[in-house]
Amino acid sequence: MKKYMIALAASAAAILATGGIASAQMEKVKACFIYVGPIGDFGYSYQHHQGALDMQKAIGADKVELSYLESVPEGADTERALERLARSGCNIIFATSFGFMDGTNAVAGKFPDIKFEHATGFKRDHPNVSTYNSKFHEGRYVQGVIAAKESKKGVAGYIASFAIPEVVMGIDAFVLGAQSVNPDFKVKVVWANTWFDPAKEADAAKALFDQGVDIVTQHTDSTAPMQVAHERGGKAFGQATDMIKFGPETQLTAIVDDWGPYYTERVKALMDGTYKQVDVWGGMKEGHVVMAPYTNMADDTKKLAEEAEAKIKSGAFNPFTGPVKKQDGSEWLAAGAVAPDGELLGLNFYVQGIDGELPKN
Amino acid sequence: MLESILLTIATAATPLLLAAIGELVVERSGVLNLGVEGMMLMGAVIGFGAALSTGNPWIGVFAAIVAGMLFSMLFAVLALSLATNQVATGLSLTLLGVGLSGMIGEAFVGQPGVKMAAIYIPGLTDLPFGRLFFGQDPLFYISLLLTAGVAWFLFRTRAGLTLRSVGDSHSSAHALGIKVIPIRYAAVAFGGACAGLAGAQMSLVYTSQWIENMTAGRGWIALALVVFASWRPGRVLLGAYLFGAITILQLHVQAMSVNEIAQWTGPFAFVPEIGRWLLGALKAVPTQFLSALPYLATVIVLVIISRNRRLTLINTPASLGRPFVPDR
Repeated sequence: MKKYMIALAASAAAILATGGIASAQMEKVKACFIYVGPIGDFGYSYQHHQGALDMQKAIGADKVELSYLESVPEGADTERALERLARSGCNIIFATSFGFMDGTNAVAGKFPDIKFEHATGFKRDHPNVSTYNSKFHEGRYVQGVIAAKESKKGVAGYIASFAIPEVVMGIDAFVLGAQSVNPDFKVKVVWANTWFDPAKEADAAKALFDQGVDIVTQHTDSTAPMQVAHERGGKAFGQATDMIKFGPETQLTAIVDDWGPYYTERVKALMDGTYKQVDVWGGMKEGHVVMAPYTNMADDTKKLAEEAEAKIKSGAFNPFTGPVKKQDGSEWLAAGAVAPDGELLGLNFYVQGIDGELPKN
Repeated sequence: MLESILLTIATAATPLLLAAIGELVVERSGVLNLGVEGMMLMGAVIGFGAALSTGNPWIGVFAAIVAGMLFSMLFAVLALSLATNQVATGLSLTLLGVGLSGMIGEAFVGQPGVKMAAIYIPGLTDLPFGRLFFGQDPLFYISLLLTAGVAWFLFRTRAGLTLRSVGDSHSSAHALGIKVIPIRYAAVAFGGACAGLAGAQMSLVYTSQWIENMTAGRGWIALALVVFASWRPGRVLLGAYLFGAITILQLHVQAMSVNEIAQWTGPFAFVPEIGRWLLGALKAVPTQFLSALPYLATVIVLVIISRNRRLTLINTPASLGRPFVPDR
């Protein structure tokens, strides 16, 4: 009898042990994504989807099942979309836009066994919510350097989407980069109030060129501004994707979002049981932000841009290093001071040198 | 600068005008086709593809018209021959169009397209403001001719009268021996062709590229414009340009700096002070509100015209949205 008891206990322990390992390790994973735009936008959502495909390729199509919903509206519909995915058996869900933040946290509370990953946000209300982001502003700083050096009119146009910290950070970094070359450089900001409307983005670009800029950059997702810049004989920066095909004589460089490494790392961690809640903010150093080749510019501009890129990549330089003044002239960062990440992630003001008012959310 | 702004407004207004003038004819025949957005997208993707593979934008335009027309026939068979609910059928046409165009266009994503060149008449185009009248893309002129043609057809021809009578009372028209269903088929086909053309304008003129869902709701604006215009072609023209103007000007308000106005030359030079004050006031308005302004203007006009019941009754096709099933 006693023997039996020991055997039973041993086998129970064995089951528990293997069971424990089985729940931590996974043979197969269903990874799900929601995108704010269509995956055919050739911009932001396209790039996230490429990252997802890279991840599947890296781990193996037999091990990772992909599922995604595209053009998911930010707001109330987000929760519906996420719940649908959660109920369909996803093990990990990547919500790839800032506006999915509240929806992601609400749904994560209802499905504690599913891992949620939210891009560009800051809320982690539940232990199963991680956030990840890229330091796009590092690329914007380099763009600013290029724009100030290449612009003949001393003014660049900036097509912005919504006044969220990430976008404001991009504008500020662009201006700081430009001011490092030409302290009097001007930037005109136009808020399109959309992430994705090619025609409206084209209109915004046309308006900016009509208002006297000769270089445009954008924080909206389509290739339309690049084409307008080409028609008007100006220059432009690609957004999220290398858009050189749309402006062989127009694109100066592009900030390329490379999400593949992060997605691979996270799904792998989930499979081998090392997954932990994180808050990742990778930049050029981590390979999350990549600059497309520097084209259509003078050699000394190219050299300057490469220097700025190398400086940031090595970690020796942060674009938000003082002295920096706020738009109203008050001091933000003292000489040599570096803006803490936490403050940047909630950034809601312009730096000095930008004309116009920041829309309130 | 002014000429350039006006040109931008014309480009922004043209797809709305094209789609709305087609839908106006459809609704005048008593049919409500909510599939405009879907038909525009089909036109945009097919037009883009045809132009890309042949290198000729005109082939793209032609293909877009055919695509819009064929796609609208799907609606016509369901809503006219099988007398399904027009609202539901139209909505599903839009949903289908969004998905189908995305699927067809998958291979076109990330490919620079073919742009339809603006016309150039030596001498005339080079005049001051010459580009506005003699230097725009051909579809701009087609949209204006089409509007004039529709106005003439509806109110100056016997065929137009017949079409309107079908829209006002299909049973009376039927009793008079008018073939209600074939006339409505023709109207829906015309609407589809116009929506396809509007789509081609978006993917061949406005922005020469295909991106999924690139019409971004303009089909719905076109539908609202028809009501806004109380089913009159002239007012559709007015509405489309008003909408285009507000859309473009709000971007200029944002880009313009108050200090620059003082240095203005040209037609506004004599009012820099008023300009500064006005721009300052406009700039104080949140950009989100400015972006919403065209839509808000449409709602306000809709409220105003529906208050005048008699006027609404005169212009609204009385059989609008009602399926016609002849007695058997």
